[in-house]
Amino acid sequence: MPETPTRPDQQHFFAQLDETPVGVVDSVDESAAPASVWKDAWHQLRRRPMFWVATLLIAVIVVVALFPQWFTSVDPKACDLSNSSLPPSAGHPFGFNFQGCDIYARTIYGARPSVTVGVLTTVVVVLIGAVVGAIAGFYGKWFDSILSRVTDIFFAIPFVLAAIVIMSVLYNQRGILTVVIVLGVFGWPQIARITRGAVLSVKNSDFVTAAKALGASRASTLVRHIMPNSAAPIIVYATVALGTFIVAEATLSFLGIGLPQSVVSWGGDISDAQRRLRANPVELFYPAAALALTVLSFIMMGDVVRDALDPKARKR
Amino acid sequence: MSHPTYEPIVDATGAVHAPHGGAPLLQVRDLQVEFMTNTGPVQAVRGANLTVYPGQSVAIVGESGSGKSTTAHAVIDLLPGTGKVTGGSIVFDGKDITHASAKEMVEVRGRQIGLVPQDPMSNLNPVWKIGFQVKEALKANGIATGKDADRRVAELLAEAGLPDAERRANQYPHEFSGGMRQRALIAIGLAARPKLLIADEPTSALDVTVQRVILDHLEGLTQQLGTAVLFITHDLGLAAERAEHLVVMYRGQVVESGPSRKILADPQHPYTQRLVAAAPSLASRRIQSAKERGVESTELLATTGGEGARRSDEVVKVENLTKVFQIRGNRPGQTTEFKAVDDVSFSIKRGTTTALVGESGSGKSTVANIVLNLLDPTEGKVYFDGTDLSTLDAKELFTFRRRVQPIFQNPYGSLDPMYSIYRTIEEPLRVHKVGDRKSREKRVRELLDMVALPASTMRRFPAELSGGQRQRIAIARALALEPEVIVCDEAVSALDVLVQAQILTLLNDLQAELGLSYLFITHDLAVVRQIADEVCVMKTGQVVEAATTDEVFDNPRQPYTRELLAAIPGARLEVFGEGIEDLPA
Amino acid sequence: MAWYVGRRFLQLIPVFLGATLLIYAMVFLLPGDPILALGGDRGISDALAERLRERYNLDKPFLVQYLLYLKGIFSLDFGITFSGEEVIEVMKRVFPVTFQLAVMALLFEGVFGIGFGLLAGLRKGKLFDSTALVVSLIVIAVPTFVIGFVMQFVVGVKLGWLPPTVGSDVNFKTLLMPAIVLGAVSFAYVLRLTRTSVAENLTADYVRTATAKGVSRARVINVHVLRNSLIPVVTFLGADLGSLMAGAIITEGIFNINGVGGTLYRAIIQGQAPTVVSLTTVLVIVYILSNLLVDLLYAVLDPRIRYA
Repeated sequence: MPETPTRPDQQHFFAQLDETPVGVVDSVDESAAPASVWKDAWHQLRRRPMFWVATLLIAVIVVVALFPQWFTSVDPKACDLSNSSLPPSAGHPFGFNFQGCDIYARTIYGARPSVTVGVLTTVVVVLIGAVVGAIAGFYGKWFDSILSRVTDIFFAIPFVLAAIVIMSVLYNQRGILTVVIVLGVFGWPQIARITRGAVLSVKNSDFVTAAKALGASRASTLVRHIMPNSAAPIIVYATVALGTFIVAEATLSFLGIGLPQSVVSWGGDISDAQRRLRANPVELFYPAAALALTVLSFIMMGDVVRDALDPKARKR
Repeated sequence: MSHPTYEPIVDATGAVHAPHGGAPLLQVRDLQVEFMTNTGPVQAVRGANLTVYPGQSVAIVGESGSGKSTTAHAVIDLLPGTGKVTGGSIVFDGKDITHASAKEMVEVRGRQIGLVPQDPMSNLNPVWKIGFQVKEALKANGIATGKDADRRVAELLAEAGLPDAERRANQYPHEFSGGMRQRALIAIGLAARPKLLIADEPTSALDVTVQRVILDHLEGLTQQLGTAVLFITHDLGLAAERAEHLVVMYRGQVVESGPSRKILADPQHPYTQRLVAAAPSLASRRIQSAKERGVESTELLATTGGEGARRSDEVVKVENLTKVFQIRGNRPGQTTEFKAVDDVSFSIKRGTTTALVGESGSGKSTVANIVLNLLDPTEGKVYFDGTDLSTLDAKELFTFRRRVQPIFQNPYGSLDPMYSIYRTIEEPLRVHKVGDRKSREKRVRELLDMVALPASTMRRFPAELSGGQRQRIAIARALALEPEVIVCDEAVSALDVLVQAQILTLLNDLQAELGLSYLFITHDLAVVRQIADEVCVMKTGQVVEAATTDEVFDNPRQPYTRELLAAIPGARLEVFGEGIEDLPA
Repeated sequence: MAWYVGRRFLQLIPVFLGATLLIYAMVFLLPGDPILALGGDRGISDALAERLRERYNLDKPFLVQYLLYLKGIFSLDFGITFSGEEVIEVMKRVFPVTFQLAVMALLFEGVFGIGFGLLAGLRKGKLFDSTALVVSLIVIAVPTFVIGFVMQFVVGVKLGWLPPTVGSDVNFKTLLMPAIVLGAVSFAYVLRLTRTSVAENLTADYVRTATAKGVSRARVINVHVLRNSLIPVVTFLGADLGSLMAGAIITEGIFNINGVGGTLYRAIIQGQAPTVVSLTTVLVIVYILSNLLVDLLYAVLDPRIRYA
């Protein structure tokens, strides 16, 4: 092509080496501390105020659940009808409910069953769901078809109905374990779906193929490579789910099929209190607030953990 | 009604001059661009200077992290995320747009300055038709509306080289091939007849032959319209071929700029010198040039076979390999057959490198997977050191795997992000139960040393390493079990030029040291020139030509091979007549 | 595309069968003998009990009962309640009420959820976004029935803006508060989903290309960001219809609505197997149909699916 004369400001220019130093090609930065995925996530997490708020709340709630006696010396089941609906007084900061029970004590002691239900259900749900999802996602074909259909079936059945039916059957054995079973049986499909999705996306990575080319068995690849890389979404969902299971337990109590009266629970107290909302709103307020705060703390934690584990947030 | 905004002036001698007395169209002075990251502000561009004249083509060349894309995006105020211009000035067509308001920028974009972005798939909205997206460019810049616009859309698409434009305008992006999508993006970029077109690596995601066609077309179109073009590229050969003025950037600064020919012939800055030395397209031209003059080139990595007797036994032999895939159709039970590999035969001599070259869809990766025994062939056999792989039982297969190992293309996917480097390299030893913990640690150190990485790398994780470093880890892992054959599936294609050169040299040294044989899969013929002894050119599943590298480059017999050779960027440059020995190696 | 929907439909048939079988089995487990319960305190003669059992197919083995039941569905014969009323009549009475409630809730959560979610996503990190996030967290954390009671108390009784119960007076105004309560949690999810989707799509490459064309910001958001962000949201909304209808049981209890939920609850307590199974089966059918609808919508919104 015909040459144009070079313009004055486009003459051959080159920068001085001391102004533009050229480094060694692709050198390793030996000074930085090693950082695994978890460590990176932790650094991200540390910097968010919401993380610390959630951690504090959860810590408090767990302590209250484990050692209620540290927070009150009043027996929550010691109800004297002559104290019915009395306002707050010394040693009874929240007053009394209709049956004459100390609201503060009941709120404190109500923590344990709720938290226990939440934690146990989450464990059950993650165990079942992750296994089902991993098998469906990894082995594919028939496993996937059948397991996906089974998951769909569980999704199709209305939760409340199933809960009512099962609890009606187990009416006399109602307790924390039965609640966990009911919630668990219908909570696993969501985790299965998430796990399946995560496994599918990791399955085709080159490092998995590299493991195969090494001669690693399929099962070993699933456990050693795919599952650790699929853990993040499961963890995030499980944290949030813990909160929603606690709410679900309260809902079951409201329907009369949650924890029995013999167990001091927030759900039960809310359920009793709502009938007398007009007369004594305080009775509803405290257990409801305690429940909401607990659930809130877990969901907040789930949120910040998700942000911290988000691959896009990391450096490379 | 197309009307070029600038009419190039051709004088009596045939020389082309810019109109308007030569005032620059774009002037970037001392540009500073900053990004906020988790660890504080990062200067992505530190004092960049750049001028583009009307109708001129300028290329910014650099590796990743050089700031070339950032500079270009800063011009049209499209910096991603937290990027901001913190200093310097951008003057376009006499007007300072450095801190122009959002409204003013909307006027400038499209109408005055167009953009052709890099990745055709992610840059087109998948839910709208192609025609809609082109029409949007027309409507937004007040060029045409309604039926008029529809007609113009078809014209623009045809102009960009899309056949059957009217029908195509009614299709969605995912129905187009990569090349077609890029043409659509070019049509969009030029729709409002801007004075300047910014082309950000417009063809790096495409096959080589398609690249050449599209770039030729773009060149013709912009010359006809008098549009100035600002190319962003990492390929020095391509830049020199397509642009008259080059700007070389390194770590946010301009280290050298000037007429392309001059820079290639006489690079002054050490970084530019390195780039010129390492760019495969330029290196392959120089090797050819040296051969033409009968001189042995110092750049040749592959040792030519003319050194007398060497063991010529075949470590891998592939015979009549065919692979047919069953693709599920829409109807249940309906499947179509897709023949990915069609009667392919070749062999790899021990201690040498055989390259399988082809564009996408050629079947080369499928062949690699079959050789690695990750896929079973539909027909044909693979012999490893005389043994037919299909006769091996599970146990023998397990032992066989020690002798052939892969290195994959994507450095960001080939290492488990959850594993420390030590665990990654140790894994093969663990799976095959080699040695105990102590001896394994020793071996890992040995391997890291072999790939020129410090032992402290053991404790690190992939996320902390660069692409080149990860590939070296992948090489170390592949070497752990002392294999005889390594299958490199586009192992250097995703790396920066200088890093690529480093890895190729490393691979070459290891081959000499350990007597390894390589099956080198690539789409880049220029890289083949440097590293391979034998070449098999593949197209749509078949081997089109197979010979030594020298023969293929000197005497290509098949038209497809000739096409591939002609498509190497920089093939048309006639820079390297004399003084080739003076070029730094 | 027809094949895509067709294939999905085929996949849902085993789901339908599996779900109904499971429900039938569960109800079968309900304790007590309903026939004896019918007789109340006076009791009934064995002969009469025997005849009633035969009438209601209760003497046949489980699987036969189930198959007879399936046959009934396809001829729209859902059996008879123990008080003699045709189940289908019961359904005709209660189903539209719950359906109207669920649709209103869906509209509420869709319009406000997407609206606020869009604003939050566009202003990520700023005050509106943080506020929206916190509010959505609170809505999820507080149990629905608590929200229901509080709203009923405050809005219905104390402030008197809306009627606190519904009863037999079913219209838009009376259903408004229950619809908001019912859709509250889903509203929070829709908001968060929209927000995330919008924030993600704002940084997408094709958005940058559209901006580079010279398209105004407003149009980029409407035509490119919103359209693409809505895909997962619409999927969620479509699937939500089914769960809203099933979950209405609580809201119906609080606001005294004669819908599917309340009727179902009473039927379970009374052990009225045919009613329970029929109503639940209808809910399952609604769920399956809304899933199919969602799949269809998905194919309409995302052209890549149509040819998959």
